[in-house]
Amino acid sequence: MAIAAALSRALDSDLWWSFRRSPVTMLSALVALVCILGAALAPWLAPHDPFDLATLNLGDAFKPPAWSAEGDALYPLGTDDQGRDMLSAIMYGARVSLLVGISAVVFSTVVGVAVGLLAGYLGGWADGLLMRIADIQLTFPSILIALLVDGVVRAALPRELHDRIALFVVIFAIGISAWPQFARTVRGSTLVERNKEYVLAARVIGISQLRIMLTHVLPNVVGPVLVIATLGLSSAIITEATLSFLGVGVPPTQPSLGTLIRIGNDFLFSGEWWITIFPGAALIAMVLSVNLLGDWLRDALNPRLR
Amino acid sequence: MAAFILSRILQAIPVMLVVALISFAMFAYVGDPVAIMLGQDFTEAQRLQLVHDLGLDQPFFVQFATFVGHALQGEFGLSYRLSRPVAELIAERAPATLELAFCAALVALLVGVPMGVYTGLYRNSWLSRAFLTFSLIGVSLPTFLIGILLILIFSVWLGWLPSFGRGEVVRIGWWSTGLLTLSGLKALVLPSITLGMFQLTLIMRLVRAEMLEVLRTDYIKFARARGLSNRAINFGHALKNTLVPVITIAGLQLGGIIAFAIVTETVFQWPGMGLLFIQSVGAADIPVMAAYLLLIALVFVIINLVVDLLYYLVDPRLRIGRGAAGGH
Amino acid sequence: MPPPVLSVRGLRVEFPTRRGVLTALSDVSFDIAPGEVLGVVGESGAGKSMTGAAIIGLLEPPGRIAGGEIRLQGERIDTLPYDRMRRIRGKRIGAIFQDPLTTLNPLYTVGRQLIETMQTHLSLSDREARQRAIGWLEMVGIPAAAQRVDSYPHEFSGGMRQRVVIALALCAEPILVVADEPTTALDVSIQAQIIALLKRLAREKGTAMMLVTHDMGVIAETADRVAVMYAGRIAEIGPVRAVVKAPKHPYSAGLMASIPPLDRKVAHLAGIEGAMPRLSAIPPGCAFNPRCPHVFDRCRRERPELIETGTTRAACWLYDPASERQAPELLRHG
Repeated sequence: MAIAAALSRALDSDLWWSFRRSPVTMLSALVALVCILGAALAPWLAPHDPFDLATLNLGDAFKPPAWSAEGDALYPLGTDDQGRDMLSAIMYGARVSLLVGISAVVFSTVVGVAVGLLAGYLGGWADGLLMRIADIQLTFPSILIALLVDGVVRAALPRELHDRIALFVVIFAIGISAWPQFARTVRGSTLVERNKEYVLAARVIGISQLRIMLTHVLPNVVGPVLVIATLGLSSAIITEATLSFLGVGVPPTQPSLGTLIRIGNDFLFSGEWWITIFPGAALIAMVLSVNLLGDWLRDALNPRLR
Repeated sequence: MAAFILSRILQAIPVMLVVALISFAMFAYVGDPVAIMLGQDFTEAQRLQLVHDLGLDQPFFVQFATFVGHALQGEFGLSYRLSRPVAELIAERAPATLELAFCAALVALLVGVPMGVYTGLYRNSWLSRAFLTFSLIGVSLPTFLIGILLILIFSVWLGWLPSFGRGEVVRIGWWSTGLLTLSGLKALVLPSITLGMFQLTLIMRLVRAEMLEVLRTDYIKFARARGLSNRAINFGHALKNTLVPVITIAGLQLGGIIAFAIVTETVFQWPGMGLLFIQSVGAADIPVMAAYLLLIALVFVIINLVVDLLYYLVDPRLRIGRGAAGGH
Repeated sequence: MPPPVLSVRGLRVEFPTRRGVLTALSDVSFDIAPGEVLGVVGESGAGKSMTGAAIIGLLEPPGRIAGGEIRLQGERIDTLPYDRMRRIRGKRIGAIFQDPLTTLNPLYTVGRQLIETMQTHLSLSDREARQRAIGWLEMVGIPAAAQRVDSYPHEFSGGMRQRVVIALALCAEPILVVADEPTTALDVSIQAQIIALLKRLAREKGTAMMLVTHDMGVIAETADRVAVMYAGRIAEIGPVRAVVKAPKHPYSAGLMASIPPLDRKVAHLAGIEGAMPRLSAIPPGCAFNPRCPHVFDRCRRERPELIETGTTRAACWLYDPASERQAPELLRHG
C-alpha cells in the first residue's frame, strides 16, 4: 500500500504537466509504446511466424525490402538467408530483448533495493561489507561482469542443461551486473531517513525494524529507483544485445535483436544490408526512446538536477 | 607524496586479492581440469598422480597461495582450448588491444573535452544543441552497432578503410605495432572511433555539466569582477576547476575502454585480448578467463592509482590535507 | 563640489520571466563624490546588491538594464560593449563580494590571483607584479606576506581570505570600490577589523566606495552618506548623521529604530510590522504604504519622488507641501 501511495504521489500532476510540455518526451513515449506493443503482441500481429519451418521457403531468401525493385510486398522489410520475414523476426526478436531486459532490471532492482535497505538500516560492518562489494563491482563495466557470469555458468553446467536455461542465465548475468547502482542510491536515502525523528520515534515505541523500512523508508526511494530502473532498462537491453551479438547471450533458438544483427553481420559485405540494419534500427529506437523517457523522469522528479 | 602512493597501493591489495580469489575459485571449482587434461582413458593411479601434481589435494589456502604465487610470476597454466601457455597467448595479444585502447582514449579525450567545453560555454548555440543530440544518440547506440554502421559506410559503400584486422604490423622486440605502417594506421581508424564513441559522449556530457557548475561559482563571478579576459576565465579558472572531477571519472572510463575492447575486437576481428577472451567464454576456457580477469583488475587498479596521483597534482587542497598538518 | 566619481540616474533593471517582466530596480539615482563612502542599506531583496551588480556590469542574466544611465567620471559605462567594460572592471571599479570562502579560486595561489589581476590592467613585469602582490598582502595585514603569497586560499582563515579579496579589489588602484556585504559572512569579532581596514585603505588611496550592507552599525561607523532602499527604489538618501539620527522616511525611521542602542536598555526592538512585498506584487502608490504607520490616501494613489526635507531627501508624501497631511513630530527617536 505504501508503495502504491508513493507511486501515485510521484506520478501526480507535476509529472503529467512536464510530460505534456515536452514534445520529445511524448514522441519517445509513443515510440516506446509501439515497440512494446509490437513485441508483446508479436504472435498475433506479425505477418509470418519466423519459427514455423514449414512456411520457410529458401527460394524467398535474401529478398530486399518491399520498396526496392526486387522487393516482394509479402515481406515489407525483406527476408534473411533462410527466407524468414525480417519484420516478423524483428517483432519476435524485440520480444526476447524486452523480456530479458525487463526481467533483468526487475531482478537487479529487487536485489539492489534489498541490499541498499539492509546496508543503510543495519549500518556498521554489514554496511561496510556490502558497500565495499558494490564498490568493487562498480569498478568494472557491467558488460564484463555479465560476460564473466555467463562464462562461468556456461563452464559449470552441462551443455544440454545450459541450453535449456540459457535465457535465465542471461537474465541473471545482466541483473547481477547492475544491482550496485540501486543499492547505493537506496542506501543513501535510507541513511537520511533512518535518522529522522519519526523513524527514531517508531523504533522507540517498538515497531519492528522490517516494518519501519517497508512503510517509512521504502516510499522515499521510489522516485530515484524508478529513474535508475528506466535508464537501467536501456542499458540492460544494450547489454543483452551485446552478449547475443558476441554469441554468448540468448540461445539461437530464441533469437533476440542482437542475434539477428549478428546473423546479418555476415551478409554485410555481400550487399544484404537490410538483414543487419533493420534489427539495428529497431534496437536503437527502443533504447533511445527508453533513454529519453528516463532523462525526462529524472528531470521531472528532481528539478534541482536540471 | 611517497606516503600517499604507498597508502593507495596498500588499499589496492585487498581488491586484487578478492579478484584473485574469484579467479582462483573459477579456476579450481568450475569444470573439472583433471578430467579435461586426462582425456578419455586413464587409471585411478594416473588421476591421483595428476591431482597431486596439480596440488589439488592440498588445503584450500595452500592452493590459493600457490595460485597467487604463480599469478605473480605470470603463470596461469595451459589454455584448455589452444593447449598453449595462457601467459604466452596474452602477451601475444596484448599489443593489439593496448594500441587500440590508446587510440580510442585519444579520440575520446581530444574530441570529448573540447566538445564539452564548447557546449558548456555556449549552451544555447545551435552547434551545442547538435552536439548534445549527437551525445544522446551516442549513449543509446550499442558499441557493436556503431562498428557495424561504420563498416557499412566506410568499408562496404565507400571502400575507404579496412573493416577487419590490424593491417601490416612491425615487430619491435616482442611488441608488434600497427602505428608505423600506413595500412596499420588505416586499420586503426574505424575500431578506435567505435571503441572511443561511448566514452567520448560521456566525457563530453561530464565536462559540460562541470563547466556549467563551475561557471556559476562565486570565484568565476569574482574573476569577471576583476576584469580578467574571457580567455583567462574560461580556459584558466573554469577549465582547471572542471578538470578535478573530470579526471576521476574520465580515468575510470578509460579503464572501461579496455573492457569494451572485447566487443570492438569482435566486430573488427581485431587480434587482441578481448577477442581471445570472448572465444574463451564461448569455449569455457577457464584458465584464459581467470588470467584475463586478473589482468583487467590489475589495469583498473593501476588506472585508479594514476587518477589519484593526477588528482593530487591538480588539487592543492588534497596536497595540504595529506602533507603537513591541515592549514586551517 | 568636485564632479562625482559615479553618477547613477534613473536606473531601471528588469527581469523577464515566464510570468511577465519583473522590475527589480526603478528610478534609482545617486552620486558618489571622490573619496566618499556611500552606504546602501535595506532589507534583503530591496535591490542593494543588484544596484552594485548593475554598476560593475555583471547583472545575472536574464536581468538587464532597461533604463537610465550610469556614468563613471562623466563617461557613460552602462552601454559599453562587454570587452570595454571588462577593462574598467578591476581597473577603475573594484568589487568585493560577500563570502570570502567562495570568491577565491581554490586552485590558484593568492599571489597568482593578485598578479594576474594586476598584469591584466597594469603593465608590470612578473617580478614587479610579484613584489607588488607581496606589498598588497602586507598592506591588508597578512603576516609573513612574502611566504604567504604562495599559499592557496584554503590555507587562510575566513577573515584573512576577505583581506586577500580586499587586496584583489584594490590592487589595480580603482577610483571606486563596490563592496557587497563585505562582512556579512564573517565572525562578529572579525567584522570590525575588516571594516576598519576597508575604511583606512579607502582613505589612504582616496578611493570612493559604495558599501552595500544590511548592518546599520557598519553604515553608521563607515559611511559619509546613506541611501535607504525599499522594494527596488531609494526611499531616502542623505548624510549619515541625518539619516541615522533624524530619519525622515517612515521606513528609515523603522529601520533605525531596529538598531539596538548600545548606551541604554530597551524593552523591545521597534521593528517594522509586515514584510517587504515581492517584486511581482508591489502595491500601487508608495510601495511602503501597507506597512507605513502614517499612511494616508495619497500614498495609496500616487508614487512619491524624492523630496527635499531639509537634511535629507525622502520619497514620502509627508514632505510635499501640497499633501493633506504633514510630517508628524513622532518620527524622532533615540
